[in-house]
Amino acid sequence: MSEPAKKPAPTAARGRNTELPEHLKSYKGVWVVIEQERGAVHQVSWELLGEARKLADKLGVEVSGVLLGAADDPLETFARDAFAYGADRCYIARSPVLKGYRNEPYTRGLTELVNRFQPEIMLLGATTLGRDLAGSVATTLQTGLTADCTELNIDGRTLAATRPTFGGSLLCTIVTLAYRPQMATVRPRVMRMPERDDTRIEKGCIVDVPLELRESEIVTKLLDFIPDASSNKINLPYADIIVSGGKGLKNAENFQLVWNLARVLGAEVGASRPVVQAGWVEAERQVGQTGKTVRPKLYIACGISGAIQHRVGMEGADAIVAINNDPNAPIFEFAHYGIVGNAMTVLPALTEAFRSHLAARSSAPAAA
Amino acid sequence: MTEQQKFDAIVVGAGPSGNAAAYTLAKAGLSVLQIERGEYPGSKNVQGAILYADALERIIPDFRDDAPLERHIIEQRQWVMSKDSFIGAHYRSDEFNKKPYNRYTIIRAQFDKWFSSKVRAAGALVICETTVNQLIFDGQQVVGVECDREQGNVYADVVILADGVNSTLARKAGFHPEIKPSNVALAVKEILFMPEETIQARFNIGEDEGVVIEMLGSITDGMMGTGFLYTNKESLTIGVGCMLSDFKANANRTSPYQMLENMKRHPSIAPLIEGGEMKEYAAHLIPEGGYRAIPKVYGNGWMIAGDSGGFVNAVHREGSNLAMTTGRLAAETVIEARAAGKPMTDATLKAYAQKLKESFVMKDLHKYRDMPEIFHHNKQFFTTYPELVSNAAKTMLTVDGVDKKTKERQAIAAFRKSRSLPGLFGDAFKFWRAIR
Amino acid sequence: MHIVVCIKQVPDSAQIRVHPVTNTIMRQGVPSVVNPYDLFALEEALRLKDRFGGRVTVLCMGPPQAEDSLRKCVSFGADDAILVTDRAFAGADTLATSYALASAIRQIGREQAVDLVFTGKQTVDGDTAQVGPGIAKRLGLQLLTYVFKINELDLQARTITVERRAEGGVQLLRTAVPCLITMLEGTNEMRFASLPSMIHAARTPIRKWNKDEAGVEDAGKIGLKGSPTIVSKVFGPTPRTEKAEMLVVEESSLRDVSLNLLQRLFTRHPAIEKELLARFSQ
Repeated sequence: MSEPAKKPAPTAARGRNTELPEHLKSYKGVWVVIEQERGAVHQVSWELLGEARKLADKLGVEVSGVLLGAADDPLETFARDAFAYGADRCYIARSPVLKGYRNEPYTRGLTELVNRFQPEIMLLGATTLGRDLAGSVATTLQTGLTADCTELNIDGRTLAATRPTFGGSLLCTIVTLAYRPQMATVRPRVMRMPERDDTRIEKGCIVDVPLELRESEIVTKLLDFIPDASSNKINLPYADIIVSGGKGLKNAENFQLVWNLARVLGAEVGASRPVVQAGWVEAERQVGQTGKTVRPKLYIACGISGAIQHRVGMEGADAIVAINNDPNAPIFEFAHYGIVGNAMTVLPALTEAFRSHLAARSSAPAAA
Repeated sequence: MTEQQKFDAIVVGAGPSGNAAAYTLAKAGLSVLQIERGEYPGSKNVQGAILYADALERIIPDFRDDAPLERHIIEQRQWVMSKDSFIGAHYRSDEFNKKPYNRYTIIRAQFDKWFSSKVRAAGALVICETTVNQLIFDGQQVVGVECDREQGNVYADVVILADGVNSTLARKAGFHPEIKPSNVALAVKEILFMPEETIQARFNIGEDEGVVIEMLGSITDGMMGTGFLYTNKESLTIGVGCMLSDFKANANRTSPYQMLENMKRHPSIAPLIEGGEMKEYAAHLIPEGGYRAIPKVYGNGWMIAGDSGGFVNAVHREGSNLAMTTGRLAAETVIEARAAGKPMTDATLKAYAQKLKESFVMKDLHKYRDMPEIFHHNKQFFTTYPELVSNAAKTMLTVDGVDKKTKERQAIAAFRKSRSLPGLFGDAFKFWRAIR
Repeated sequence: MHIVVCIKQVPDSAQIRVHPVTNTIMRQGVPSVVNPYDLFALEEALRLKDRFGGRVTVLCMGPPQAEDSLRKCVSFGADDAILVTDRAFAGADTLATSYALASAIRQIGREQAVDLVFTGKQTVDGDTAQVGPGIAKRLGLQLLTYVFKINELDLQARTITVERRAEGGVQLLRTAVPCLITMLEGTNEMRFASLPSMIHAARTPIRKWNKDEAGVEDAGKIGLKGSPTIVSKVFGPTPRTEKAEMLVVEESSLRDVSLNLLQRLFTRHPAIEKELLARFSQ
């Protein structure tokens, strides 16, 4: 195990550093930066803890959560949640300067923590906060960062981070051999939410880390935060049932059929990239590599061919139903149920079938 | 902005003919503006093609140094196809392996980009994503073009139209009438990726050596047209082209895609392309009206070159060399006129027509002037004959106890059954007349 | 005022065509374009120039052909264009890229001090969103990512106030100039170039800098050598081992197909039926 993987990088090893320097060999443990703002933790942090746990178990090391925040942020509570989701340890760094996210103090704080406690792997959510912070920290630390990973694994002692490449038509695995920590970001919902285990909480260890941050040294000022209106918010990544439509529906009017089925199912509506580009629905409804990653219990894809860039955004669904008139459409390669037929004619029939079935079942609960 | 808005010449289009013209003009020191509709030169082009060295050599003698050439062709195969067989003639010669090579396969997108970089280096200004709406006239004289951009008028002494087979520009100006579907072929092509070694093994060729297969017969579903397969460095170009009018009239409604798919499944072709990964697909119109369809190609302040003028030799599948040659000749006409201090009038530019007549362009097109008509009215060349020839070969080559004399009789009888004796002779005569 | 806009030339994803029969992606021959996200950065810079005067310099690292993308930016109104191009940059990951670009920006600053640096929020081919933050860090510039509105620029006080997209809301931030801004998409619309601008751009020489001209001090920090990340393998997606249960409409009526699906789905996933029932009664 002590040999850092020598076998990867057959193509790209020419003239570059693949040997881990002596002083970096002591870097140990898997870290997750826990994203918290305004009294809540972004769920992606828990998803990452689940993944970090698996990596750490393979390496035989600890999982640590990192919480940066202000005096009045409930960081201890979040630390207990982190333990329940798989962390062994939490580093808590508090400072009034860390009230509300800003790049500079968070970069300084996180960089200092890394330098002091030396993790070998550090994971962040690929959110606006995580991406902003990860890029700055990786540059400061001069280490490798792989964005938007869809799969994380251990190869030897190295983090093997897989992500889509070439505009989402292929996948590639990226390693950082000679630098530490190995950093990666993962988009919300790409990883499965881990089971909460409250028996772990008592075993967790909190490490308070004092940080020397002075507001007078921070140039950028946060003047205000305007929360999004929650009424019309589309929360596709966390929807449990999604009906999605593609260009196979031919026009914007036919896309109404997707809404009709969604209404019966109480589902959220998603769409493929071409549909969004054609302006049939809002950009927030786009599912895929350049849109949202979803992980619903049921995903119904109507008239979507299933290009890889769409696939990586939804293949984590428990059950995928695909309706497409082309029996060779790639979507049938990863759907669980396929209906070969014209989505425009299948959708009304399917909607009616769901409606009558659910109506019958809900009026006669004994039958369940 | 105080940019000069008057040029010695404007070239519309950045395909082979436009590039040849713009390059030649710029090289001679003229101020040239080249306007391309596509996103970049080559963006509107069908991908795999054959380059004939001679035409380019006369423009850029040392083109072999850096042009993106795939393979030089050492073997030509002519196949007549029936449903499940082909009968063919192959010609391969070591002569074709002697430098300088004569023919190459190319990938047009790369080649056109390279050619355009040469045009820029020669000093022409090239702008893309700009469509010329119409020509600007001063009386009878073309004095510039109007583009689809703000302050879109730009002026020049002469405008060379090299805007391709769809040239709406020449039509709008009344230089030539609407092109007839019977004079245009629709070609569909694909590029299939394949490892270099596989190509070399399958086609029995060495590194950088290439093969061209041209096919006639059942693959075009009774329509007038041909199929083709070229070997590139790491890919194959495969395609089929038929007259647009035939696609419209075809009873089976075979789509161009379907025709290509059928062709790829032909038992003589499938093993050659097996495992090839489809990388791109394109459709393109080719003017195949030949000599008789060529309009007047010059006038007061304007000339037409390349596909826009219908300069394609359909019989030998030559297009880009005619395009480059016509582009060069148009440019040379302008250069000579300027040197002589002549105005760019109809009378001056008539010299272009003379140059064309003296070149291989018009000589070849004239030679085959009757081909399009004959093939168009005699579909048996694409339907009956290939099957008959194939059957005859099969009959002769099958060893089954029947004597050869009887087999010969069977074959001839089959021909006569499908086509009357006068019909057979008539066809032979027509064919001979056309290629004579 | 002097603004530097960093752009990248990328394959045009809109032009990645799909074969009508086989539905496969056709990538070869796909033209290169300016990364669409960068155009929002360029347009924002041009608008600031319209309001405050000054110059816009576009900067790109890439192969010699990337000249076309820079020329396009000039046609939109950029005053100067610099292509940082050198074989030594090949194979750069985001860290090495940010080092090269930061060096070049420093070099540009030696000709005329730089007040603002703009980039797009990310590229469409890499999708990493790391180069902008990397450049800022290397140049010691304040970083403002995902900006969709510039509320105020005070050149006397050297401050700028922007609105930034954050998780769950919008941050109103003020910082000092010079700083680096990554622009969010959809915030403006790129202007059209006039014909004289196109001709001007065609005439404009694009300055090409090799690594020395770009002021690269440490050759170990560029290209493959300066890239900590290594691509160890590239592969296509693996098909699911278990094939989809297929229902074909031609073979039975629409109603039967629908009922058949429901039956199979709910038998294997009773939780889904429960979930739907819970919603249905609501």
